[in-house]
Amino acid sequence: MSKEISALAAGILFGLGLAVSHMVDPAKVLGFLDIAGAWDPSLAFVMAGALVVTFVAFRIASGRPAPIFAESFPAPARKEIDARLVGGAAIFGIGWGLVGFCPGPAVSSLAFGLPQSLIFVGAMVIGMAGARMITQGPAVATGTS
Amino acid sequence: MENFTPIPALIGGAFIGLSAAALLLMNGRIAGISGIVGGLAAPSRGDVAWRLMFIAGLIIGAFAYRLAVEPNMALALTPSLPLLVVGGLLTGIGTTVSGGCTSGHGVCGIARLSPRSIIATLVFMAAGGATVFVMRHVIGD
Repeated sequence: MSKEISALAAGILFGLGLAVSHMVDPAKVLGFLDIAGAWDPSLAFVMAGALVVTFVAFRIASGRPAPIFAESFPAPARKEIDARLVGGAAIFGIGWGLVGFCPGPAVSSLAFGLPQSLIFVGAMVIGMAGARMITQGPAVATGTS
Repeated sequence: MENFTPIPALIGGAFIGLSAAALLLMNGRIAGISGIVGGLAAPSRGDVAWRLMFIAGLIIGAFAYRLAVEPNMALALTPSLPLLVVGGLLTGIGTTVSGGCTSGHGVCGIARLSPRSIIATLVFMAAGGATVFVMRHVIGD
């Protein structure tokens, strides 16, 4: 039960972060991606703020034997740069640019009760399940996501 | 840069970092949303409830902010059904194939200095930028 509570708390923090920064609003994200238009660098500042804290967290983790509610920390990140990494990232980037949603803000935006959020998230989940079935088989967990 | 909001961006980013830190130090998990959601497509025992709780938290957090701080906050979201469906499908497929999204690769992966995540982030940002350029400045007016 404790790892469910901590996951809920972490999720709330994440949702708050997306709302405070307005990254839950596709207009804000598209403003970052639109370098040729009225460029809005805010997203880079969100990433910078998140990176500093997360970097420290990984340093703390490296000095500890195990997390509080689990047996081990994640395996070290994989190293190889392959076509799946680059091709997948390119496919994701196109989807991101079409609507202005990446997975976190898309899910978080359900709080606003718009039907478009539900359509996007539904299509995204179908894409995830389909890609898993085709590329990995049904029961493989991904490493760094 | 009239829409630039560096202070809320940094504060919001710090919240996201705290979320990633909490999930890592308490549950030993990477706060990558595509991985957390995608893991539900291949459910295994004892590995479902925490994912659902995290997802619920994502929605609750945004809802609470809206309720307590910015009741008039609205999202500018395309009404185009084809764009939403194609965008959603590509986002789901791409993040699954490359093993991460803006949070998994862009925040957690870069924070642990993973070369894969640095490359993935550069690629999806470039592809996103190119897509917006075409949509707004080539096809659009």
